[in-house]
Amino acid sequence: MRKTAIVGVGCTKVGEHWDKGLRDLAVEASLRAMDDAKLYDVDYVLVGNMMSGYLQNQEHLGALVADSLGLRGAGAAKIEAACASGGMAVHIGCQLVASGSADSVLVVGVEKMTDATTPEVTKALAMAEDQEYSAYMGASFVGLNALVARAYMRAYGVKQEDIALFPVICHKHALNNEFAQFRFPITVEAVMNSPIVADPLHLLECAGIGDGAAAVLLMPLEEARGASDSPVEVLASTVSTDKFSLHQRDDFTSFRATRASAEAAFKKAGLRAEDIDVLEVHDAFAVLGLIALEDLGFAERGKAADLIREGGIEIGGEIPTNTFGGLKARGHPVGATGVYQIVELVRQLRGEAGKNQVPGAERGYAQNIGGVGTTITAHILGRVD
Amino acid sequence: MSASGYLREAPRRYRLEGAACKGCGAIHFPPRAVCDRCGGRDFEARELSGEGELLAYTIIRHPPKGFEGQAPYAIGIVQLKEGVRVLAQITDCDPAELREGAKVEAVMRRIREDGGFIEYGYKFRPA
Ligand SMILES: [Zn+2]
Repeated sequence: MRKTAIVGVGCTKVGEHWDKGLRDLAVEASLRAMDDAKLYDVDYVLVGNMMSGYLQNQEHLGALVADSLGLRGAGAAKIEAACASGGMAVHIGCQLVASGSADSVLVVGVEKMTDATTPEVTKALAMAEDQEYSAYMGASFVGLNALVARAYMRAYGVKQEDIALFPVICHKHALNNEFAQFRFPITVEAVMNSPIVADPLHLLECAGIGDGAAAVLLMPLEEARGASDSPVEVLASTVSTDKFSLHQRDDFTSFRATRASAEAAFKKAGLRAEDIDVLEVHDAFAVLGLIALEDLGFAERGKAADLIREGGIEIGGEIPTNTFGGLKARGHPVGATGVYQIVELVRQLRGEAGKNQVPGAERGYAQNIGGVGTTITAHILGRVD
Repeated sequence: MSASGYLREAPRRYRLEGAACKGCGAIHFPPRAVCDRCGGRDFEARELSGEGELLAYTIIRHPPKGFEGQAPYAIGIVQLKEGVRVLAQITDCDPAELREGAKVEAVMRRIREDGGFIEYGYKFRPA
């Protein structure tokens, strides 16, 4: 297997892009990544996306994006794994390069959500779940994650105020991210006073609805050394799945797929949690951020709130997390999210994170979740010296 | 949902019909093609008791399309006495008075109306 490197990154701002469609967003992010890498000859295009079939009546995104970029003849496909579509597209892209099947792969994650009504988006998100035995009963995606939050709080005696600190820190980090959707500070009081969406989840604990696209260009590391000034190596790219529905699992307060994908990734990279300098976790709901810190080994079970309270996930802390705002504040254009995480880690490892730069960051980890802990991808990236 | 799809699921939704693995005895709901405990593929139909305990619940305030008129409503994970876990609405109660550990029982109820087609299925109520 060949070693894989990321040689270019690009993204759009996350937000309500009333003037841009799905295709426009994907093209904008892709061109930025290609310009960043100065690489215009691409063998393969992978598009991470979840909801285009339902929200835009548009499938066949691989060829659609490849053609829009003028890449006639390139291999192309859409990769879908619910909210992990972006991370999964990067994962498959890495396999194509590592195996020698492709020498240059463009991975672009994209989602266009703001043209639809909130009940339509709520229905589309619930398509990640079993339609016959979860969605049929009227369970929303938020509702299923609320079950996780309730079980977690009960199991460990964690208070809502402690969980509410997570989005407060994400919003603080997003202040310095020009691509973030929500660039304003919030307080624990504001989170606690925001409306309840599904008990016990408050609105400000939940990622919002936004449009966006992010792209990365992958090449074999050996070729990347000559082609790029600042390649970043993909030290590991793994994925794991769990029992499809949350309610069928034994434990609602920890995700087996996070633990399994992390174990495989750390083994492959020959690293441990303490070797990671910067972390991206899938905080679609604040409690998922806490559970991720525990499942990844940065905190004991039920103790993530202590780490957060002590400043551990802030820039300069023990494990700076979601340094561009995470899903909550950067925004969560579903199929793009996993690619945004990779773009942000690359910026940190190249030393291009501006005011949010983690000094001396050499290795980053990204966790992307599809469904309620059902499909989870892990990526470990490393600076190349 | 199509009428044929609806009818196909009827035994599960009307009678909580699960499957018992002939290899290891594990009970599954809904029935599966492959037992995820022993890998077996032989099952016999097993109607579940509908008696169980509420493990976790939430109150849906922003419902998905098709459930708009029903919110707020409670959704919970129920562990049936056969050991199987199911997700369903918790009905016939004040959601504010629910608590984990409560004994519940299955009832047949209208789930929603979809373009004049009324869909039914199991919900749970305090026993
Ligand atoms: Zn069995």
